[in-house]
Amino acid sequence: METFYSILPELIRIVVCAVCGAVIVFGNALVMGYAERKLAGHIMLRPGPMEVGPHGIYQLVIDGLKLMGKQLVVPAKADPLLFRFAPLLAFAPVFVPLLVLPFSEKIQGFDLDIGLLVILALASINLLAILIGGWASNNKYSLFGVFRAVSQNVAYEIPMLLSLLAVVFMTNSFSLKAVVAAQSPVWFIVIQPLAFLIYLVSIVAETNRAPFDLPEAESELTAGFHTEYSGMSFSLFVLAEYANMFIVSSVATVFFLGGSSGIPLPYFEYSGIIWFMLKVYSLMFFLVWIRWTYPRTRFDQLMNFCWKYLIPFALVNLLITVVMVKLL
Amino acid sequence: MSMDVKALEDDRHHRYVLNMGPQHPSTHGVLRVLLELEGEYAMNLLPVLGYGHRCHEKIAEFKPAKSFMPNTARMDYLGALIYNHGFAQLLEKAAGIEVPERVEYIRVITSELNRIQSHLLWYGAYLLDLGAFTPIMYSFDDREHILDILEDVTGSRLTYCYFRVGGVSKDIDEKFVTGTRAFIKRLRSRFPMYEDLVNGNIILQKRLIDVGELTPHICARYGITGPLLRGTGVAYDMRRAEPYSIYSKFDFEIPTGTKGDCMASFMVRFHEMEQSLRIIEQALDGLPEGPIMAAKVPKKLKIPAGDYNSSVEAPRGELSYYLVSDGSDVPYRLKVRTPSYSNLSVIPEMCQGMLLSDVVSAMGALDLVIPEIDR
Repeated sequence: METFYSILPELIRIVVCAVCGAVIVFGNALVMGYAERKLAGHIMLRPGPMEVGPHGIYQLVIDGLKLMGKQLVVPAKADPLLFRFAPLLAFAPVFVPLLVLPFSEKIQGFDLDIGLLVILALASINLLAILIGGWASNNKYSLFGVFRAVSQNVAYEIPMLLSLLAVVFMTNSFSLKAVVAAQSPVWFIVIQPLAFLIYLVSIVAETNRAPFDLPEAESELTAGFHTEYSGMSFSLFVLAEYANMFIVSSVATVFFLGGSSGIPLPYFEYSGIIWFMLKVYSLMFFLVWIRWTYPRTRFDQLMNFCWKYLIPFALVNLLITVVMVKLL
Repeated sequence: MSMDVKALEDDRHHRYVLNMGPQHPSTHGVLRVLLELEGEYAMNLLPVLGYGHRCHEKIAEFKPAKSFMPNTARMDYLGALIYNHGFAQLLEKAAGIEVPERVEYIRVITSELNRIQSHLLWYGAYLLDLGAFTPIMYSFDDREHILDILEDVTGSRLTYCYFRVGGVSKDIDEKFVTGTRAFIKRLRSRFPMYEDLVNGNIILQKRLIDVGELTPHICARYGITGPLLRGTGVAYDMRRAEPYSIYSKFDFEIPTGTKGDCMASFMVRFHEMEQSLRIIEQALDGLPEGPIMAAKVPKKLKIPAGDYNSSVEAPRGELSYYLVSDGSDVPYRLKVRTPSYSNLSVIPEMCQGMLLSDVVSAMGALDLVIPEIDR
């Protein structure tokens, strides 16, 4: 009994964190789903959802209900087990990275020493889910989507890591809290502008969004890896995509935009989350903006851009950082 | 070559056969293309036609030639007025009917509006194929204005049947003229925006330059006409090559490219809209008063026995009607030469060895209208 009492606070902490994680994932999907459709609408000279509720604010709730009510169709020649398993695998790991994100000085699930590694490791499980889902669908378009997704994600993970590594060398820590603390006078975007740019380009490819949305290139591959998915199994992929957008934007905020730092508000240890969210959603707005503005790149151009420009520049940037850290 | 994917795959077992269409976002209608792929490279393409065939040419042999006019609009739903124009011209030529001058002006103005409308739709849809979702909304916004203008005078928005043998069904009014002038001004002011936002975009240029290159020689072999041919540098336009109607009166240029790639035909189409605006402007300035119907067009139009031909420049290339008459009012045979059919036939050669994404850009550059291929 005594052991129980001694671990009770920790247990409560875990439960509260898990619940908060779920709230963030679903809340973010609702907000971003609505914001994306509204923004896309206004970029396209149309109002977007308008019918359900004032300015269509309940649209996403209704959409969610509709998707839940739909039949889950498993194609005749698909692998039924893996086909059903893939969306779950895409969706399940997105909660964990939220636990280590420092939303403000005091709002953080667990401050792990390997915070960044946890995030990157779990974020790349999404790719495995895409691979399984596309392969199990037994559809040629899905298979093409998977080919593209795998090679694209593997390639773009390298410049993404290298750009983050430049910051890690400067802070000497994988702990996200330490990274935020290291930016107290100047944000790293000022010191590492090239790393920030490389990271920004990489996350567009990592989250499979236009102009790098080749795995789901609509006009070529109909819907890419999720061609055969319907109902909730489809929406789990979408939920995972939005959650991943949130995570990569949060990492950008933590590593380059000073995390929760900003003009002090009352109770700043807690209210810093306002600044944090503001920065995250500005980045997500940027992602939405470019998605609805640019045409899609071609696959070989995308890969060339990564291997010929991003990775060399990221390496050079890393080298300069190392030399400067050593000298100063 | 077999049309069956399975059989084709067994036949070439080391290759992968992808069935694109008849329902596919970038085939723009019921076109089916079988692609033999090695990795993502298309080694062989086989277009399969016939999903939208409606026997228009056969129908023409069963009803009076005059009442075939609505069918012409349903072949190319985007260039309906130009198809009307060609057919009206054919019967006028055959029956020896003199058309009043005002009618010719009205026909030119409405046909050119129709051409701009077709190009605007292509512009948006092509960029949609390339993965840019937004420009189609901007081009549809402009296109809506043309549809409104034409709806007032023709009574319909897409499949017009406005021209009659010897005239047009309704005279244009002051509202049409002011509306058209306002539209010219509007579209001119929009061109710089399109240039900045779309044509100069680096991703777009990378997707189009050096993709799907054609030469005048290839075009001659396949009978390719229209913007694709002009993209290779041959200034062949029926409005200039064999001036019909009153096109010889107007001052306009034939935009041409040099390389014959997708970017060349892209820019040719884009500049054609500008030239069409110039023609409309001149036609509005010179619009004469007069009747809108030729005197003495017989109710039952008997066509003297013989062969007749009429060619016009449709948005996608040269359109020809060839009519054989046995002296009655029903044609003995009507053959329509539609541009997209010839243009489509080049894709096996044009797309060989291309990436799948480039096949989509090349097919978009052909600006296919499937009902015109499957008439």
